[in-house]
Amino acid sequence: MARRLLLSFLLPLLLLASPALRAAGLSVGLAADVSSLDPHYLNAAPNIAVASHFFETLVAVDKDGQLVPGLAQSWQAINPTTWEFKLRPGVKFHDGSPLTAEDVVFSLERPASLTQSPGPFTGFTRAISGKKVVDAHTLRLTTAQPYGPLPLDLASVFIVSKKAAAKATTEDFNSGKALVGSGPFRLVKFRRGEAVELARFDGYWGEKPAWDTLTLRILPADAARLAALLAGQVDMIEGVPGADVARLKKDARFRLEQRVSWRTLFLQLDLFRDASPFVTDLAGKPLAKNPLKDLKVRQALSRAINREALAARTLDGLGVPASRLVAPGIPGHGQQPAAEPYDPEGAKRLLAEAGYPQGFALTLHGPNNRYLNDEQILQTLAQFFGRIGVKTKVETLPLAAYFGRLRHADFSAALLGWGSLSGDFALRTLLGTPDEKSGWGAWNWGRFSDARVDADIRSALASTDPARRSRAAETAMDQAMQQLPVIPLHHQVATWALRAGLTYPARIDEFTFAAQVRPR
Amino acid sequence: MTFILRRLLHGAWVLLAVSALVFAALYVVGNPVELLVDPQADPADTARTIAALGLDQPLWCQYRTFLGNAARGDLGTSFIHGVPALSLILERLPATLELAASALFLALLLGIPLGLWAGLRPTSLASRLIGAASTLGFALPAFWVGLMLILVFAVQLQWLPPGGRGETREVLGLSLSIFTLDGWRHLLLPALNLALYKAALVVRLVRAGSREALAQDYVRFARAKGLTESRVVTGHVLPNTLIPVVTVLGMELGALIAFAVVTETVFGWPGMGKLLMDAINALDRPVVVAYLLFAAALFVVLNLLVELLYGWLDPRVREGRQ
Repeated sequence: MARRLLLSFLLPLLLLASPALRAAGLSVGLAADVSSLDPHYLNAAPNIAVASHFFETLVAVDKDGQLVPGLAQSWQAINPTTWEFKLRPGVKFHDGSPLTAEDVVFSLERPASLTQSPGPFTGFTRAISGKKVVDAHTLRLTTAQPYGPLPLDLASVFIVSKKAAAKATTEDFNSGKALVGSGPFRLVKFRRGEAVELARFDGYWGEKPAWDTLTLRILPADAARLAALLAGQVDMIEGVPGADVARLKKDARFRLEQRVSWRTLFLQLDLFRDASPFVTDLAGKPLAKNPLKDLKVRQALSRAINREALAARTLDGLGVPASRLVAPGIPGHGQQPAAEPYDPEGAKRLLAEAGYPQGFALTLHGPNNRYLNDEQILQTLAQFFGRIGVKTKVETLPLAAYFGRLRHADFSAALLGWGSLSGDFALRTLLGTPDEKSGWGAWNWGRFSDARVDADIRSALASTDPARRSRAAETAMDQAMQQLPVIPLHHQVATWALRAGLTYPARIDEFTFAAQVRPR
Repeated sequence: MTFILRRLLHGAWVLLAVSALVFAALYVVGNPVELLVDPQADPADTARTIAALGLDQPLWCQYRTFLGNAARGDLGTSFIHGVPALSLILERLPATLELAASALFLALLLGIPLGLWAGLRPTSLASRLIGAASTLGFALPAFWVGLMLILVFAVQLQWLPPGGRGETREVLGLSLSIFTLDGWRHLLLPALNLALYKAALVVRLVRAGSREALAQDYVRFARAKGLTESRVVTGHVLPNTLIPVVTVLGMELGALIAFAVVTETVFGWPGMGKLLMDAINALDRPVVVAYLLFAAALFVVLNLLVELLYGWLDPRVREGRQ
């Protein structure tokens, strides 16, 4: 009897077992869940990545982080506080209606109307003090002060159809009712937490995608995402786990696309307290003063780090040594800034000169689920610091608990990663003198403050000429980094894995835009 | 009747305690706006957002507001998704119920015959293998087993898809995948993964139960009457071994529904467990609170059902209760 029972459940199993079918079109495994299809609801990378398939912005960002024409064919500052945008003619929304300046004005006003959003897009529309429709395809935007980064801000605000979105709720976007954009794909079905199904929009003005249909599968677990690729269920994945890169490189069925991304990692330091909570002498007793306030100590810590080894070993090659807070190629990075040499002997000398020949004790804090190998990075740093006599402990926290404590300056030295498309923005937030009113230094919990750096950032932000703005940002970066208010570590490398027959122009901002995936 | 009422009142107290605990715990972990707001946002924006979400109120005020709304059936709106938390949970419920039910079904399908075999022929080689396999079923972590299933059946053999939910069909307003072949192909591996531990449990219960039953007078009497072996087993041994199986699985079903997080994560199954995990990571307080209340309510109801069922199966319990 038992044998008959055994057979009766094995049979259906055999019936179900047939080779996995590959659907027509493209299927992509995404590493993070999209919470809403409303492009103005939550300013979070996963939502922006998905929205970019349906919607476009006035100013687009190319794969290297440069600003290029999007829905605006051209833009220029006609005086220091007025910008004129010329809209691209012949752009159609998914419902067939043409794009006009009215849609743009509506889209720029909508973020401020979504008051229940926990991560609003209002930061990108705040600088605009006036909007004037000159004709159907010309729009003038005024700012209260001269403001150079306006085009960059507008690269983050999606343009929706006024007709479709005028009274739409976030749920209307999820259902597809209000989801009318001008992008290369239109929505077929949103299966929350599982997948987004899309179809090509044939009226798209730009280069048409190579795929009739597109499925964006939500696969946040690394192992599940990789398995889906290996089993042929998806054609491409983003965020390839570091440990699997070498293996995929050897597999002829797949190709990798890699590039240095915008995300730069660094250690932030407590520069304002005389008794910092996680710095003690070797016996664990409080020190008379905070050694991190001494430039020589900071230089010693920086020179103790073998960044090449960190990138090659700890990060499995998915990092390149950094000496600036933005990635190479981003305005403010500069051509070839000198990298900090690895010099443990020099570091020991510097420590002795600073008055710590025996070293001291330090605890590093960091997240354990945010950056590539974040916990291992901190362990590696602890070993490097240990070699010059700084006895280092590591404590990590999940991101949900980490960011809040970090911003309340609960730590002495802590890991942070930052992705920015412009040096002046990054500096303003990370190293600008903290000011509640203006929002400067919102993440500068170590309270670095330097009048010259502030002045250079200010002049960069006020330059409407991109070349002058970039130069000013570079000067500010140089000025700031000479004082090592934070210790730069590395730029993260982003990796995509694809079926061997596909190509993808790897993007600096780590986004996966399936419209740009093409057969070879 | 008084028994049921007393139990329900007891359940209401449990729910109140759970909501207070979860609320306080999440409050201690951190402020979701710090995670969600754009890092470059200015403080005025951040302050406005915090006020709009009511997070600037003291804890007890927030809790009072929550209880007031909850009494009207509104468990809050998800910060991340911008839709009511309860609707998020109900949206995922069919996927989870279907997974839990299939896992339970598989566990019984595997566990009862194997357990019976091991109980009836305790000394045979097969029985020893079954015993060893059930130990493995207990000991192996679900996460690892899930990955192995994917590696073998999806990556190497490519028989079944490695994850996700297959084609669904609307049945009575629920989108279910058990009515399509594609749906079953997606469901099989995660259900098997989830079923292994429960199957091991059933094997143990049935094996112990049947060995005990075999030694009872009624079985000897049935044999003496000249009944065939299969009549003895199906008519007398099996029913008596099922009582503990029903009671234990009734309790386990709650855990199967509410906390299948590991399996759902490994297989990318869009169920409720994954919703909870994501909500905790993003500090999406309304979803976490609503979810745990839902789970607590589920356990209260299942507990009650099991106790009633127990009384129905075993008259001695019923007598004692009255």
